[in-house]
Amino acid sequence: MLRDITLGQYYQADSVIHRLDPRVKLSATVLFIISLFIVDNFIGYIIAAVFLACMVKISGVPFRFMVKGMKSIVFLLLIAVVFNLFLTPGEAVVTVWKLTVTKEGIRIAVMMAVRLVFLIIGSSLMTLTTTPNNLTDGMEKLMAPLKIFRVPVHEVAMMMSIALRFIPILLEETDKIMKAQIARGADFESGSLIKKAKGMIPLLVPLFISAFRRANDLAMAMEARCYRGGEHRTKMKPLVYQKRDRLGYLVMFIYLAACIYFGRIFRIQEFIR
Amino acid sequence: MGIIEAKKLIFEYIRRDEEGNVEGITRAVDEVDLDIKQGDFVAVLGHNGSGKSTLAKHLNAILYPTEGTVWVDGKDTMDEEYLWDIRQTAGMVFQNPDNQIIGQVVEEDVGFGPENMGVPTKEIWERVEESLKAVGMYKYRKHSPNKLSGGQKQRVSIAGVIAMHPKCIILDEPTAMLDPNGRKEVIRAVRALNHAEGITVVLITHYMEEIIHADKAIVMDKGHIAMQGTPREIFSKVEKLKELRLDVPQVTLLAYELKKSGVNLPDGILTCEELIEALRL
Repeated sequence: MLRDITLGQYYQADSVIHRLDPRVKLSATVLFIISLFIVDNFIGYIIAAVFLACMVKISGVPFRFMVKGMKSIVFLLLIAVVFNLFLTPGEAVVTVWKLTVTKEGIRIAVMMAVRLVFLIIGSSLMTLTTTPNNLTDGMEKLMAPLKIFRVPVHEVAMMMSIALRFIPILLEETDKIMKAQIARGADFESGSLIKKAKGMIPLLVPLFISAFRRANDLAMAMEARCYRGGEHRTKMKPLVYQKRDRLGYLVMFIYLAACIYFGRIFRIQEFIR
Repeated sequence: MGIIEAKKLIFEYIRRDEEGNVEGITRAVDEVDLDIKQGDFVAVLGHNGSGKSTLAKHLNAILYPTEGTVWVDGKDTMDEEYLWDIRQTAGMVFQNPDNQIIGQVVEEDVGFGPENMGVPTKEIWERVEESLKAVGMYKYRKHSPNKLSGGQKQRVSIAGVIAMHPKCIILDEPTAMLDPNGRKEVIRAVRALNHAEGITVVLITHYMEEIIHADKAIVMDKGHIAMQGTPREIFSKVEKLKELRLDVPQVTLLAYELKKSGVNLPDGILTCEELIEALRL
């Protein structure tokens, strides 16, 4: 059962976005986040919303999957909204006790909320349409220039993909150890938080020992298969930009340009006048 | 000169206490001489702690001899310059299938070795295809290794080694963690490789039935080579094997007991068919 879990939150579907090069998706996500902080008027947000809606539609991922990611930030969102609402100085709209809601406060709070929601949807769109493996590959390729500063890019990417491979194995092992310890009378369920935390020790110690043993075995197996770091290494599945990837970049830059122009330079007031 | 040769190979494990003082020295391999020819199927037997795994790790330069020399394809394993050549010539399959699969998809794992060697992308795909076909795992190429059975995982590991085009594969108890069906699967795949591709096989095991098809068997005990010869010669010395705490296949044991109680049978019967044939005469 545990063997079947999918990692990350990849949603299997066949869409253009799924097939895009992970590098495009990674940079697009970063650009999208930047665009959210560039725009500061209504039109800008409309552009972002329409763009995002189109992308979600194209990706073929049901919208409820995007909303799932939102659950984790509800609290953060609430704090941001409440604080901005009451603590922004300006023209008072409503005053309740000592707290004053200002016009500027409402504006900033709404903007903040929209930004955060878009940000979460945008980044979950990337993780939902890219396999963890692809993501690591993309990161390795994008970060490659950092090698000049002696950042071990290849090694980090390799560690990430090995970690991903071993998560299900270690989960299964945790399950096994847990059952073995329960059979010996260990109690993982009852008691206070501290007692529960203490109860984890007989689970974690064997798990760590076994993880180290596995790491040792794996290192030996990798060396036996001539692994010697990133140099001289070729790729079985190299990332090569296709036509659709170039198009993806183009779409992204058009979007960004539109955001900068309509969201920043172009003023509604002038338009109305 | 054979593909693998060892002369007076000695390996010592040094045990240290917490301060780093030498507590004791264990000789895991003691003056072992080996000469394995290209295309041979050699089985190395021994109970736990007999030094057979330590010996195996010398054959592709994971461990270096304390004394003596090991040559793989004419190259001394102590010579750093040839390290990667040696590891490519003599591939190794380990005991635990989970701890030697690196890729998250079967085909990616098989491609890992060639990737490390710097093989061009197109050729990697060709090698992956041919090695997965050689072990009969081609239709699983898109699967996650986590969903395969133990025997299938071991076959993937073997494919991963074959994709490096080795002249020799060393299998270090590849079946120890498998069920009987998985064991048969793996041994069948290994024999097929030996026959069809002429790859030299060194099979380390403690299952006696797995060595029946070997060209040569080596029995190790306390780091020494205790016996060597064809499986038939080895199995004809039932008393000696018992002394070395090794199990003899049931058929061989039956034939031995029958012979002891007066039935006229030849020595070293390995299979049921042979026994039936011999009893008929």
